[in-house]
Amino acid sequence: MSATATRVTFGETVCRLADTNTDIVVLDADLRKSTMTDEFSRKHPERFFDVGIAEGNMVGVGAGMALAGKIPFICSFACFVVGRFEQIRMAVAYNRANVKIVGTHAGIGIGEDGYSQMATEDVGLMRTLPNMAVVQPADAVETRGAVEYIAQHDGPVFLRLTRQKVADINDEGYEFRFGKAVVLREGADVSLLGTGAVMENILNAADLLAAQGISAQVVNVHTLKPIDTEFIESIASSHGKIVTVEDHGIHGGLGSAVSETVAELGRGRVRRVGVTEFAESGDTDGLYGKYGLSAEHISVAAMELMD
Amino acid sequence: MTIPELEAIAKEIRVDVIRMLVEAGSGHPGGSLSCTDLVTALYFHQMRHRPEQPDWPDRDRFVLSKGHCVPAVYAALARAGYFPREETLSLRKLNSRMQGHPDRHRFPYVEASTGSLGQGLSVAVGMALAGKAGGKDYRTYCVISDGECQAGQIWEAAMSAPRFGLDNLCALMDYNHIQLSGGVDEIMSLEPVLDKWRAFNWNTLEIDGHSFPAILDALQAAEQHHDGPTMIVCQTVKGKGVSFMENRWEWHGKAPSREEGERAVEELVNGG
Ligand SMILES: Cc1ncc(C[n+]2csc(CCOP(=O)(O)OP(=O)(O)O)c2C)c(N)n1
Ligand SMILES: [Mg+2]
Repeated sequence: MSATATRVTFGETVCRLADTNTDIVVLDADLRKSTMTDEFSRKHPERFFDVGIAEGNMVGVGAGMALAGKIPFICSFACFVVGRFEQIRMAVAYNRANVKIVGTHAGIGIGEDGYSQMATEDVGLMRTLPNMAVVQPADAVETRGAVEYIAQHDGPVFLRLTRQKVADINDEGYEFRFGKAVVLREGADVSLLGTGAVMENILNAADLLAAQGISAQVVNVHTLKPIDTEFIESIASSHGKIVTVEDHGIHGGLGSAVSETVAELGRGRVRRVGVTEFAESGDTDGLYGKYGLSAEHISVAAMELMD
Repeated sequence: MTIPELEAIAKEIRVDVIRMLVEAGSGHPGGSLSCTDLVTALYFHQMRHRPEQPDWPDRDRFVLSKGHCVPAVYAALARAGYFPREETLSLRKLNSRMQGHPDRHRFPYVEASTGSLGQGLSVAVGMALAGKAGGKDYRTYCVISDGECQAGQIWEAAMSAPRFGLDNLCALMDYNHIQLSGGVDEIMSLEPVLDKWRAFNWNTLEIDGHSFPAILDALQAAEQHHDGPTMIVCQTVKGKGVSFMENRWEWHGKAPSREEGERAVEELVNGG
């Protein structure tokens, strides 16, 4: 299994798409070497704009360019760009401006920089906005498909990407289907729903559960908004046991989206695995262990549903 | 403290910064080294503070708005006696108080958690304003970077400090002319930056940010200025003191290898 940081695949893909789609422009806020728009800046310098360390301005400028017919990808760490929430709310979402908000360095998995650079609230914020789609791919092929889709999606999108490498979980021929959850492994007793960087740990958790005689379905939810209601209703109505896992706070992200669906349906039970505190500096595995995102934590959460 | 003594401490702090970053394997050497002399002058000469009583209510306040350069502050606080120096070597490791960016709850000797650029000056304005409102005579110091002056909030803070009559506030801009992706002038120039601060009604000084006589004079002039806040624009060199890091954006956010670290320390100890 090879591994790639999803920000790297994003950088390559947006660069390639821009060869044929001349409406694509990229805005960045002094992070091109981290968001991986560096290649774009060299290949398409006339369509690359670095606004400096001024994410609020970047959101507004991106909205203006979209309203004037361009397809801007506005890029920074997720915490900084989504941190300009009110600008996004007004200039992007309310205008229904065709802006693609790209937030890299999602979650505590970024490691050593610590909490100030870790986005753990971003999905929650973006999900509250009408018109805003939220997508978090889990590996390289999925990122490629997601970026291709997003470039031609009509309306604002928030794309959440990793700093760290994440293992390939899809086959090379995989096709990204917006809004559709992807079953990676079948299982009859419990469903483990994840998104983004945690998928490998979820697959390992399913192995741990199998060793205990529990058959766990593993599902990758790359589109967080609109959430795949139909799929969630189907599992809630069958075995009815759902664990959600995400490198994001337990408020507002995948766990919330699934819980909302399950609560309205009135069937099924949910356990949310996610971040509950301000995290800290450290290595990714150490952080996932300390803040409850390891395969062991996920399997324990599933066991708790098995009474 | 004499000028040579301050220079000696600054050199030790630079060595500590390099050692910390080598151990951590990540971090920001360039901007830590460019602000070292400013941080040294503040903690070892200018500021009223008590390492044995960190929460002394009348202490001067210091906000490092460019939070990624906190290794220089950790090294200074350790040298000043706030906590054991060995602990600095746990920088960026799991369970360490030495967070990659300052965390006020894990490490109470920093006044404010920072790391999202553009916000620290507002917090410093708040501390200075609280001092005025509370009849306290402590002073508030804030080090900001040049790149972060591209953020709109810096200029909101800039507008508010004179309005509130904050002559107890002194900001220092670490003008090393380089940000993460390249030169500040190429990315989004601040010039004419002195005129900007002046136009926002700040008392404005420009100095060599690596000259202790100049830094001390400016800090004293700021303290004696009673008509609003002072901005000291400090001309600095990113990576100051380590020849292969100086003026190179590549060393903004990359830790030296062990071998590079040894070369850097050797230069700092014997070269300068
Ligand atoms: C709001 C915000 N945007 C982006 C970053 C990421 N970042 C960290 S350091 C840096 C460059 C800083 O350059 P400068 O402000 O000139 O600091 P210095 O040269 O003193 O290191 C950037 C963009 C951040 N920390 N905060
Ligand atoms: Mg700089």
